Amino acid sequence: MKPILARTSSHLLLILLSIVSLYPLWFVVQTALKTNSAFTLNPTGLPSAPTLSNLSLLMAQMPFVRWTVNSTLVTFIAVGAATILSVFAAYAVVFGKFFGRRAFFSMNIGLMAIPPVALVVPLFTVMVQLRLINTLPSVMLIYTGLLIPFSVFFLGNFFRQLPRELIEAATVDGASHGRILMRIVMPLPLPTVFTLVIVNAIWVWNELLYALVFLQNNSARTLMAGLALSQGRFATNEPLIMTGVLLSILPMVVLYLASQRFFIRGMTAGIGK
Amino acid sequence: MLPAVIALAATFGYPLIEVARFSFYAGSIQQPVYIGTGNYLELWHDPVFIHSVLNNLKLLTAVPIMTVLAIGIALAINAGYRRMKVYQAIVFLPYVLPATAIGLTFSYLLSQSGIVNTVLHDWHLGGLAHDWLGSAHWAIPTIGAVIIWQQLGFGVVVLTAALLSVPQELVEAARIDGASGWRIQWYILIPHIRRIIWLFVMIEAITMLSAVFTYVFVLTQAGPAYSSSVMEYYIYQNGFQEGAVGLASAAAVVLLGVASVFIVVYLRLRSRSEQAAG
Repeated sequence: MKPILARTSSHLLLILLSIVSLYPLWFVVQTALKTNSAFTLNPTGLPSAPTLSNLSLLMAQMPFVRWTVNSTLVTFIAVGAATILSVFAAYAVVFGKFFGRRAFFSMNIGLMAIPPVALVVPLFTVMVQLRLINTLPSVMLIYTGLLIPFSVFFLGNFFRQLPRELIEAATVDGASHGRILMRIVMPLPLPTVFTLVIVNAIWVWNELLYALVFLQNNSARTLMAGLALSQGRFATNEPLIMTGVLLSILPMVVLYLASQRFFIRGMTAGIGK
Repeated sequence: MLPAVIALAATFGYPLIEVARFSFYAGSIQQPVYIGTGNYLELWHDPVFIHSVLNNLKLLTAVPIMTVLAIGIALAINAGYRRMKVYQAIVFLPYVLPATAIGLTFSYLLSQSGIVNTVLHDWHLGGLAHDWLGSAHWAIPTIGAVIIWQQLGFGVVVLTAALLSVPQELVEAARIDGASGWRIQWYILIPHIRRIIWLFVMIEAITMLSAVFTYVFVLTQAGPAYSSSVMEYYIYQNGFQEGAVGLASAAAVVLLGVASVFIVVYLRLRSRSEQAAG
């Protein structure tokens, strides 16, 4: 009797939790399908006449496509650069033999916890001197740097699990470190690299502070900065903003549904091993 | 490895030194004037800064709430077992999504005439309706609640994974000895995952102190009248809206100081659990 009661109540709790977790997302979807006047009349209910008219309105009112392209470019370049740099660094830390490699690895763990906001003022002055303000390379460079500590930590932990004998045998056979990295180490952890790329891509896609500060022209913005600043201008048109929100989260939701395992493993990596 | 070291020096090393140096100067970057600890004194006397620090501390109280919720939910999922994966996937979804998008959505759900208040009035619970984001009293607790909504799933997933690693023999042995379900959870399961719980608490504490800018910017713009400002917003506001670079840098140093207490505890916990894992 008792276990059944406990089981039912914990099940009810979980169902309630699921509703609380999903309702705001459902609100986004149903609001995006309403016209502004329909929303004013009926904010909570289902759309009586679902419409896609907000889509064209969004394209007309904001440089939405441009923002999306900017975000995509920034994400690809920063994540790509950070991943490549970190693969080499993590390889060196785990398989190299030089003084200070342990310290370098520990330093990366410490840097993971440094709040990016503490670095924003000096980095801004650097970017002013480099004349990169309002250009995408400014945030690409900074995001690359900010992603490295977690990436080195994540890959380093993975490389540590590879059999050392394999690497040492290859070294004895006269293979260079470059060859070992390409032939033996790299082919192994593709799911690992994929996990890392996803976590980093989410971080870049979602970042707001640096995007706001470094990209001040409306057309130079990333999607998140553009949307955040549209809030005030289009405050009275909730369906329009919710359409923007829906489009900005759609890639994440689709990717998540397709490869949930990788998301969960990657995004909880900082706490596990 | 060298390129990564250079990138880290440029992104972390140089700015950390510069921010400490700027914090002793007033005026613009081009013509800085050395004023010693003047910026720190100004922070101490600026009610907005003091208020921002207090708001960060208030947000810290969301951490124990979130932790207790996450433990409870993880235990429930752990007991249910079969549909576990589904609930885990659902509750983790918000954590994946952009805080900006989440904030925009909740700013409509929680506005004065928003969905939450509409529903409360419809259910004749109008007395419970508040101007969640527009009142100085409610803004910070509401921001805390939105953060909990988004980040709870992280805790649930981490703790469920930890619960799975508890040796089954331990639980069985206790059951044979006649321990009830609640006692097993309290005396065996929770102590077994204690270290992971603490790591989660530290990560979330660091978050509440130093990674809530997006929520504040989108939900309240630190309003009304800076009543929901946090340290990060203060740095942004002074550094980029008021041109008070020195003051912003001093605030960044204070933020680093406060956060580093938690960072050090986090690092110690980490290295200890690494040793335990061998």
